[in-house]
Amino acid sequence: MPLLEIRNLSVEFPTARGVFRAVDGLEMTLDAGEILGVVGESGSGKSVTMLAVMGLIPYPGRVRADVMRFDGTDLLGLSPRQRRSLVGKDIAMVFQEPMTSLNPCYTVGWQIGESLRAHNAVPKSAVRDRVIELFRQVGIPAPETRLRAFPHQLSGGMNQRVMIAMAISCNPRLLIADEPTTALDVTIQKQILDLLISLQRERGMALALITHDMGVVAETAHRVQVMYAGQMVEEQRTDALFAAPRHPYTAALLDALPERAVGHARLPTIPGTVPGIDDRPAGCLFNPRCRFTTERCVAEPPPLAGPAGARARCHYPLDAPVAVTA
Amino acid sequence: MTDAVLMEARDLRRHYAVGGGMFGKRGTVRAVDGVSFTLGAGDTLAIVGESGCGKSTLARMATLMEPPTEGELLIDGAPTANADAQERRKLRLSVQMVFQNPYGSLNPRKTVGAILEEPLIINKRGDHAARVAAVRAMMAKVGLREDQYGRYPHMFSGGQRQRIAIARALMLNPRVVVADEPVSALDVSIQAQVLNLLMDLQDEFRLAYLFISHDLSVVRHIAREVLVMYCGRPVEHGAKEAIFAQPRHPYTRVLLAATPSADRRARPVAEPVRGEPPSPLAPPPGCAFASRCPHATDRCTAERPELREVDGQRVACHHAEAIG
Amino acid sequence: MSSTASAPVQATGAAARPMPGTLRLFWRSFAENRGAVLGLSITLVLIVVALLADVVAPHSPIEQFRDNFLTPPVWAQGGTARFLLGTDDVGRDILSRLIFGARLSLLIGIAVVALSLAVGTVLGLLAAFAGGFVDVAIMRMMDIVLVFPSLLLAIVIVAILGPGLFNAMIAVAIVTLPSYTRLTRAAALSELARDYVTATRCAGAGPLRLMFNTVLPNCVAPLIVQATLGFATAILDAAALGFLGLGAQPPTPEWGTMLAGALQFYQRAWWVLAFPGLAILLTVLAFNLFGDGLRDALDPKLRR
Repeated sequence: MPLLEIRNLSVEFPTARGVFRAVDGLEMTLDAGEILGVVGESGSGKSVTMLAVMGLIPYPGRVRADVMRFDGTDLLGLSPRQRRSLVGKDIAMVFQEPMTSLNPCYTVGWQIGESLRAHNAVPKSAVRDRVIELFRQVGIPAPETRLRAFPHQLSGGMNQRVMIAMAISCNPRLLIADEPTTALDVTIQKQILDLLISLQRERGMALALITHDMGVVAETAHRVQVMYAGQMVEEQRTDALFAAPRHPYTAALLDALPERAVGHARLPTIPGTVPGIDDRPAGCLFNPRCRFTTERCVAEPPPLAGPAGARARCHYPLDAPVAVTA
Repeated sequence: MTDAVLMEARDLRRHYAVGGGMFGKRGTVRAVDGVSFTLGAGDTLAIVGESGCGKSTLARMATLMEPPTEGELLIDGAPTANADAQERRKLRLSVQMVFQNPYGSLNPRKTVGAILEEPLIINKRGDHAARVAAVRAMMAKVGLREDQYGRYPHMFSGGQRQRIAIARALMLNPRVVVADEPVSALDVSIQAQVLNLLMDLQDEFRLAYLFISHDLSVVRHIAREVLVMYCGRPVEHGAKEAIFAQPRHPYTRVLLAATPSADRRARPVAEPVRGEPPSPLAPPPGCAFASRCPHATDRCTAERPELREVDGQRVACHHAEAIG
Repeated sequence: MSSTASAPVQATGAAARPMPGTLRLFWRSFAENRGAVLGLSITLVLIVVALLADVVAPHSPIEQFRDNFLTPPVWAQGGTARFLLGTDDVGRDILSRLIFGARLSLLIGIAVVALSLAVGTVLGLLAAFAGGFVDVAIMRMMDIVLVFPSLLLAIVIVAILGPGLFNAMIAVAIVTLPSYTRLTRAAALSELARDYVTATRCAGAGPLRLMFNTVLPNCVAPLIVQATLGFATAILDAAALGFLGLGAQPPTPEWGTMLAGALQFYQRAWWVLAFPGLAILLTVLAFNLFGDGLRDALDPKLRR
């Protein structure tokens, strides 16, 4: 049984201009000890999905799903009290902006201690020792003195380490990292990613890594889900996805990477923009921007099809050799 | 290509006095410390570095927003330091800027037409009809539709806003464009569109780009020459091909190794990354990178390496020959 | 030529199009707040009454009806339909005086707010742009004004300038100056840090253009709110000065002055006191409600 199982998840927000469907028929499974990369451009619904898992969709958003289970527990039917005991303990999250995710009024040591105390993870007398141990695990030098630092006294990288220490403080089985390195410099990003991978490996926890950066996914994840306009359009093992994407959107996204450009030539681009609330097309959501669109793509929304673990939401999924030569 | 030099920086330095409030200790931050480069028409020089390395300060000096504390900046061969107000103004107009955040760089109270027309109004170029015609021509060049003339910035997506910002920078026919992380706030597919646009415009107008970025894959695509900065100082400077093929400075190597890549096998060098940059208030006496460098020796912590020629590249490292 | 001539027309046509949308959005969030709508309606009624005072008022505000001293309002014992809200101690119709007083109060509000808004905005922009010594000098001056209780300072200023409606308005304008100055400075400083200002500077814009054309339009939303709230303060302060005999002089039908003149009759004739007091209360309340609604409706837009 997978650790996290989601089937047909949709998240909707009523707005002045009608209902906005941020996540649409999303499927996701995540096993213990696995790193799943969730990639997509801004507005693709990747963060909203994870907020739905955490039960953090703000009013008046609506969450619906056929199945949304964490380790056999139905996440939709939880009472607020049950949810609180699960979220932050078994499921933890790391956010994009380390500077604003920490409360500037308290020391970082106190803030980690607070989450330990809230979940009664360790006896009160042992909290300090546990925090120091956690700091050591996430590679914060001189933990005894850093305990008493306020967030503004630490660098962005150090604050992100503090956030990670807080997230793993109660030994979560699933860690959700939402753009954990986007606000950081390249060298610090590398350190944080290495840290996340080594923690994941040591603890055997599942890691869901949400990012817009193809490079980060390629270097970190075991398996990738690509999101577009609230839908999952493709899932594959990481190496397979980067070698032979099956959905035209994934292929176009990879082609647009500057590092894949040949010489000083112009980059291949995807025309148009991600559909908003007003211009959601009929049929396949990618059809107005796709090179391979046919009448069928405009008429009929494609189902998620293909062999298990390599599904794509496309009527005409690309085959490996074609994609390379095209 | 032997092009006329449009912009030349000679040992530019910019120091700030900080602190010194009621109880603070006064200190000096050397935001930029000894940067030199030349930039010719149709050329792209990429300034690469992480936050706090001085690239933005360098951008402000290049656009004459801030005078250098020391050193000289020449535009079209004319020194900018002792130019009179009139001359200075003329020089300033030949360098325009494109900013990182397309959401903050456009005046939210003005329509696209007004934003693009403003530079012409300020400099009293042409009558109203001529200005509107120029604006429409420029909109077509950067790929904006006619009917978007009267729209406000908030009605555009990030990529389109960056097109507007680029169009505005080009309204005064500048020779040099300083682009401060112009694509790092954009999604991958949009980023490609904007990079292509920048390259097209460069070909058309023979623009010189001072392209500031932290993203090495973008730099590799667009730049001809690369200047890597660390803690305000240039650490490596040379042709793009040379720097990417054979990085000499350990920091360049670390940057290359740390940049995530969609093709893992393409990685040129493997170099471990540790530590964080030193505080700009208390820079170490020797090489600023010594504390994080895998090749550091006693000499590195004691003596600051100067930029010197190694195999056609300029590197500021005592051990450049051994590393390359 | 025809293409260039038609271009500006197209431009204004296109510029006008998004505005109804913005306005409608604004109205929707404003209308959610019932108090704000109530405040706005009272304000509108007040403005109409003030504009049409000559038509609406049954009598002249200063005409003394010698045989009708202290007539009670129409529904009380001894009241007459001729004087709906009764008469005062020299036989003037209270309703007419209130109606003409509304004109005066609104005038005071407009004059005071316009004066302190104009001066405060310029001072605030100057402080933000110049920085350094100018900034410190202006802001410390504002601090000095803030040190004194506002009414006390207004009294001192009127005492120096001499009593009278005009001087009272100047005094109130000076007292309310710091809030506009501080607000403008804070808003301008945060706008100055944004890239579009740098871009305009790159294009060669001078300081005046940057101040009034680039930065100021982006600071207006908080200023509008402050001005609406300041309107209420101005009316209240001017009434207080009038009450103390330092503002409008009798027989001017100013609400505060009316209160002062009627003070000695409060036991015999409650209406002489109650109606001007009620008028002040209602007006100030209306403007405050309206201002609060404006703030709520404008602020989230700004943050986005």
